[in-house]
Amino acid sequence: MSTTEAATETAPGLRVVQDATCTFCGCVCDDMELTVEGDRITKAKNACVLGKAWFFNHHVEDRPEALIDGQPAGYEQAMDRAAEILLSARFPLTYGLSDTTTEAQRVALAITDWIGGIVDTTTSVCHGPSGIAFQGVGEVTCSLGEVKNRADYVIFWGGNPAESHPRHFTKYSLMPKGEFVPNGRKDRTAVLIDVRKTKSAKAADHFLQVKPRRDFELAWALRALARGVELDPSIEETTGISLETLEEIMDGMKKAKFGVILFGMGLTMTRGKHLNSEAVLALARDMNEHTRWSAKPMRGHGNVTGADNVVSWSTGYPFGVHLGSGFPRFNPGEFTASDVLARGEADAALIIASDPMSNFSQPARDHLEGIPSVVLDPKLSDTARTASVAFTTSTYGINTGGTVYRMDDVPIPLRPAFDSPYKSDLEILRGIESRIRQRQLAESLPDPAASGA
Amino acid sequence: MAEPFILIPGRTSQQGVTLNEGKYTEGYRVEISTLQVAPEDMQRLELEDGDLVRVYNEVGEFTVPCVTARGDELPPGMLFISYGDNSSRLMGGDTQGCGMPDSKGLDVFLETATVSE
Repeated sequence: MSTTEAATETAPGLRVVQDATCTFCGCVCDDMELTVEGDRITKAKNACVLGKAWFFNHHVEDRPEALIDGQPAGYEQAMDRAAEILLSARFPLTYGLSDTTTEAQRVALAITDWIGGIVDTTTSVCHGPSGIAFQGVGEVTCSLGEVKNRADYVIFWGGNPAESHPRHFTKYSLMPKGEFVPNGRKDRTAVLIDVRKTKSAKAADHFLQVKPRRDFELAWALRALARGVELDPSIEETTGISLETLEEIMDGMKKAKFGVILFGMGLTMTRGKHLNSEAVLALARDMNEHTRWSAKPMRGHGNVTGADNVVSWSTGYPFGVHLGSGFPRFNPGEFTASDVLARGEADAALIIASDPMSNFSQPARDHLEGIPSVVLDPKLSDTARTASVAFTTSTYGINTGGTVYRMDDVPIPLRPAFDSPYKSDLEILRGIESRIRQRQLAESLPDPAASGA
Repeated sequence: MAEPFILIPGRTSQQGVTLNEGKYTEGYRVEISTLQVAPEDMQRLELEDGDLVRVYNEVGEFTVPCVTARGDELPPGMLFISYGDNSSRLMGGDTQGCGMPDSKGLDVFLETATVSE
């Protein structure tokens, strides 16, 4: 269905957009009913608290199209300057990309390829360690539709969906009635594993308060039980969970018809990182000796999964890819944004819809502040404030159509609510790419004067 | 005297809401600048809601007001703060070759702080 077909005018100046998509978090709920008055969304039926905040606060702001060194500028001038910066760099970094469309991600990657830079996404400081783990042990995967229709045993590990993905419980994983779980919540057993007893604990049948930085040991204890290995009761001192409780959980896991582990950044951001994710993925794999189990990362940003997909299908690797050698090279730690900035290596940056100046390590921030950067963002951020060129963009999903990937790798179309006077990421990136190619092609042609023509 | 704690930065719904309202709003600034402390630790350290505390490690530091964590959400010895500028100041540049800096479960020290005149 097109945007036009989905929108109906109910009164002069008042439109209702059916089946719009929320792009704030990785749930990518596509059942929004938006009421639009002029250039504002005034109602967002079906949206959660985060979705409402997303829709109600992304109206058109009165800002310049772009800033060059802090001074207002037009798009054309800013795109010229952006192309100059990126072409002059010897080791440029493209970063961000998790809050824009798949179409824009593809162009950002193409630019990086043309200029021989590094492309990295916010995945590297999110579920990048899980991406490394996928390569180590694989991923027994499933869609959220399968979780909704089949899962009778659900483990949330190192995440707090009640606050970070508020509709996950009701739309996908706990409450919905599904084909093989006709009684919804009554047919499911829910376990929460976390170091904090968060708001999500109320939704679970069992809460396992693991000791901080002991997720790896806990996952391996469960792996041992899955394989029938006897464990010493001292496992409680190590993990904080008694052997009796672990055995009870494993018994339930084995009896399940379809189990799923949904794991968050409590695993990937804590000591162990990719080894924690690897242990949980391996546990899900091991459980398939007994019954059907899957494991899926809970993804944060609206299209961070799309970024993984675009970078993977284009280069063969999910993030942290160097394209300066004429072929893709993947090496987390060497080609990831946090590292190339903290070590002072990148000499220019193209940052799309991300704010590393407020959430990267201090050494990385210090270096980013000192190099030329091109930033695309609908809102003013610390990163945009320090940029050499800062573009004001329209907001994806609200003003701009395209495609995003839900956290289970399912592509979802966007159905924008109202037009913006600002260009989209895609339009700006295409403008920059076009300028870069024109310069490169002009420089590659033989000089007519030199050839005597 | 400074005491050792484990700091967990993380997402909250309030952080998500105020993030959309804008990173320069009072709501967002307050949300990412409030440290949650377990009730037992608040009592032991004779802290009251709103008292300023300094949290630091070998990488950086921040000084923010503290509040008592809800119910039994935090065990003693653990601190929580909404992920943002302050928590990132304690993240080092080293990612141990995986691209992800240590961002949760950070070893930190906490001490009471006073407002400089």
